[in-house]
Amino acid sequence: MTPVLAQIAQIFLVVALAPLITGWVRLVKARLNGRIGASPFQPYRDVFRLLQKEAVVAHSASWIFRAAPYVTFAAVWLAACIIPTFTTNMVLAPAADLIALVALLGVARFWTALAGMDVGTSFGGLGASREMMIASLAEPAMLMVSFSLSLITGTTSPAQIVAFVLSGGVGVEVSLGLALAALIMVAIAENGRIPIDNPATHLELTMVHEAMVLEYSGRHLALMEGAGMVRLTLFMALIGGIFAPWGMAQPEAGALGLAIGLGAFLAKCFLLATALGIFETVIAKMRVFRYADFLGGALLLGLLATIFLYVSEAV
Amino acid sequence: MLVASALSALLALAVLGVLAGGEVWRHRIVYLGCAVASLILIAGGLKHLGQTPGTGPAIVLPIGLPWLNAHFRLDNLSALFMVLVNVGTTAASVFGIGYTSHLPEPRRVTPFFPLFLFGMNAVLISDDAFMFLVSWEFMSLASWALVMSDHKNAENRQAAFVYLMMATFGTFCLLTCFGLLAGAQGAYSFPAMRATALDSVSGFLVVLLALLGAGSKAGLVPLHAWLPLAHPAAPSHVSALMSGVMTKVALYGLIRILFDLHGHVAWGWGAALMVIGGVTAVMGVLYALLQDDLKKLLAYSTVENIGVVVIGLGLAIAFKDGGEKALAALALVAALYHIINHSIFKTLLFLSAGAVITATGQRSLNALGGLLKRMPWTGAAALVGALAISALPPLNGFVSEWLIFQALFKGPSLPHWAMKFGVPVVGAMLALAAALAASCFVRAYGIAFLGRPRSKAAAEAHQLPGSMRWSMAVLAALCIILGALPVTVTDAVSHVVQPLTGVSFAVSADLGWPWLSPVSSTRGSYSGTVLVMTGLSLFVISILLVHGFGTTKVRRADAWDCGHAEDIPQTQYTGESFAQPLRRVFCGSLFSARETVDMPPPGDNSPARFKLRVVDHIWVGLYLGIQRLVGYVADRVNRMQFLTVRRYLLMMFATLVFMLLVVAVRQQK
Repeated sequence: MTPVLAQIAQIFLVVALAPLITGWVRLVKARLNGRIGASPFQPYRDVFRLLQKEAVVAHSASWIFRAAPYVTFAAVWLAACIIPTFTTNMVLAPAADLIALVALLGVARFWTALAGMDVGTSFGGLGASREMMIASLAEPAMLMVSFSLSLITGTTSPAQIVAFVLSGGVGVEVSLGLALAALIMVAIAENGRIPIDNPATHLELTMVHEAMVLEYSGRHLALMEGAGMVRLTLFMALIGGIFAPWGMAQPEAGALGLAIGLGAFLAKCFLLATALGIFETVIAKMRVFRYADFLGGALLLGLLATIFLYVSEAV
Repeated sequence: MLVASALSALLALAVLGVLAGGEVWRHRIVYLGCAVASLILIAGGLKHLGQTPGTGPAIVLPIGLPWLNAHFRLDNLSALFMVLVNVGTTAASVFGIGYTSHLPEPRRVTPFFPLFLFGMNAVLISDDAFMFLVSWEFMSLASWALVMSDHKNAENRQAAFVYLMMATFGTFCLLTCFGLLAGAQGAYSFPAMRATALDSVSGFLVVLLALLGAGSKAGLVPLHAWLPLAHPAAPSHVSALMSGVMTKVALYGLIRILFDLHGHVAWGWGAALMVIGGVTAVMGVLYALLQDDLKKLLAYSTVENIGVVVIGLGLAIAFKDGGEKALAALALVAALYHIINHSIFKTLLFLSAGAVITATGQRSLNALGGLLKRMPWTGAAALVGALAISALPPLNGFVSEWLIFQALFKGPSLPHWAMKFGVPVVGAMLALAAALAASCFVRAYGIAFLGRPRSKAAAEAHQLPGSMRWSMAVLAALCIILGALPVTVTDAVSHVVQPLTGVSFAVSADLGWPWLSPVSSTRGSYSGTVLVMTGLSLFVISILLVHGFGTTKVRRADAWDCGHAEDIPQTQYTGESFAQPLRRVFCGSLFSARETVDMPPPGDNSPARFKLRVVDHIWVGLYLGIQRLVGYVADRVNRMQFLTVRRYLLMMFATLVFMLLVVAVRQQK
């Protein structure tokens, strides 16, 4: 399979798969709560239903409100294109690295926050303000993770990191463990999952992401929700790809290798989604001003991951 | 020739500015002339950048000190700065054509504006210490006069006073610095300084004094205090130049001394610069987050960006001393690219702030809101500026930030343990500053341009003359071009860096155009061009998908707001409320930020009060501390005024004996 074909397949794979993963997390949570829960395919129907509905836009909204869903979705989608899912052999892989990935997610966040403030309601400002506070700690934490990964593997490109880990260049390192812990904490915050944010709440005290997209409806809401689903898939691909890259197809792999890669990717996603569902069920939501402790911890773990490299070298 | 004629034209325009009097069209002609002169200077700089031998011919004029004359020369570094300085001045001059009629007293501004432009350009082409300092002072005094232009406001007078003090301090440091560089023979021309070897003590002092002198002009913490006072006090197109461009001239001075005249700065200074830069970046952006005044916010954000540049410069020094020449070149290219980018988007943001202030008469964020609808051009240009300064792809701010991170990630390869442990910490500070900058500009843009108008003035804002809009549109376009097509510019910059680091280095060496792949092709790469094209296609695909599967119907209605919607604009978030979570997380100890709510007892109808107290410890501790010290010493010294003749003679005698002793001891050696 040529890099171009692999890239196109990846572009559509992440979007096609994303609602299923979100549906699966919801199903796991429902079962653990003792409910039967909706089918894991329910998010597809939800998105389709939203697309059919007319979009209601507030009188006070400007063009930013209407452009933001498209920009947010495209930015997250673009970020998801450069993370290797089933193969490392993709044409867009050199276009952006982990630093650019963080920044692309930043673009999505910037526009969503602006859209939250555009209508001029108190909830929109509340969501935007809290989201930027979370991001101001989560973003540096993720950059620190990139820093330690680049020191361990000698590159910041996700595809190259995966190739390096697959070639057996990395043993078991303390730093790698710390980086993994920091990345998971960042992933929880970036995706607005419990204990940072609750995707199923509309309560003033606890809302973050939902408060920003409160005014959206119809196709705009579908895009915002879609962006959230793709973002979740992206982080699963990132964590699964870097810390458990086994099965991923290398450039020289044939059709069988690609099939194994795809199967491995699906298996990893469902494992991680199940784990997320269990984690969200057993943990309680945090107060807003406790976030700083949680994310500051992630930042410090990322920093420790880089510094431990030299400590272990020196000992 | 081109450069010389443009510079003399600027001097002539200053005279025209004096003669302009009360007629608006005469002022407009002066600004038009400034724009043309700036364009000519850009052409002169660009023409030189293309040439291969880095240094142009020296021009010696028989002015200045009789035994020294005045030396001028254009080399690659000054040509690069000449281009970026004059891009900013062109935009500000074009803005000035329309803006001058909105000024309270244009005749206090117009004569000094060309002089300010002249001063900045003259610093860049000076080739001896004397001319450098004279031009530097020219630049400082002209901008001081511009800060004083609205002198009826007591706050502006105080700002101008603080600025004058800091400028004097800075020049004093630079004067001493050049004195040390010139050595005992007094070789004041730059080529002679390059040839002079420095001993370790004077080498140390040169860097320290350069850092104090140029750093105070650029706004390094804790010497930043004058920026947020003086930059906002000037008329907006001058603020844009002071913040966006003059700080770059200061950095030019720093780079010239550290990388060219001094030549061999030890890695320890690199580490110190990185720490200073990191602290400056984080403090600058936290200050910016706390501001309500639009122009003060922008001035503090300049402090942040200067910090980012200085991190790059420190890294380049450390790499250069550690023998990693290619990485030194990478760090320096990154710093220079950030200098170019910041000069563009900061000028843009200050001009749009000027447009907002002209249209509404309000500088406070909490009096603005909903301006994107009233001023679509300004709003769109300011959005590009806000995205660029928040280091978001595909705009230019991200490219330089990316390059600095790439260089920083290689920092631990230096042999020193301090660097191995220190670089990740500086990296975390840089990352924190970048993330906080995004919050800061979501806040500034969201509150000023989005939402509903918070005051009558904002609701009645009016469109502005064409020249003001065009200058912003061109700068916004430059932000996009420099972000989407970075390789062409970085290659030109690496040409500039070559004589400073001694290695020929192209950032796009491995993968070629349009990929930035600084270290090697597998090390991590970025391509704004490819990203823009892919991003745009995905954007179009999402529109097609959404409209293909669904409906395109839109209904306008009242805002929902969870059923709580009220028609009072005051229910919106304000600048203070937006910053509250960040203030609680970051500013509790750094700024002693305290919030108190006074609730009246039940039955009492008086309003509840929310009080926010923020202390600027640097201002209170350092600046007011020095003020108290000076007052105390002055009181003590004052006694010497009332001594008897006998005592005065005794003091003279003691001084004489002391001096003779010093001479005697020195001759003994």
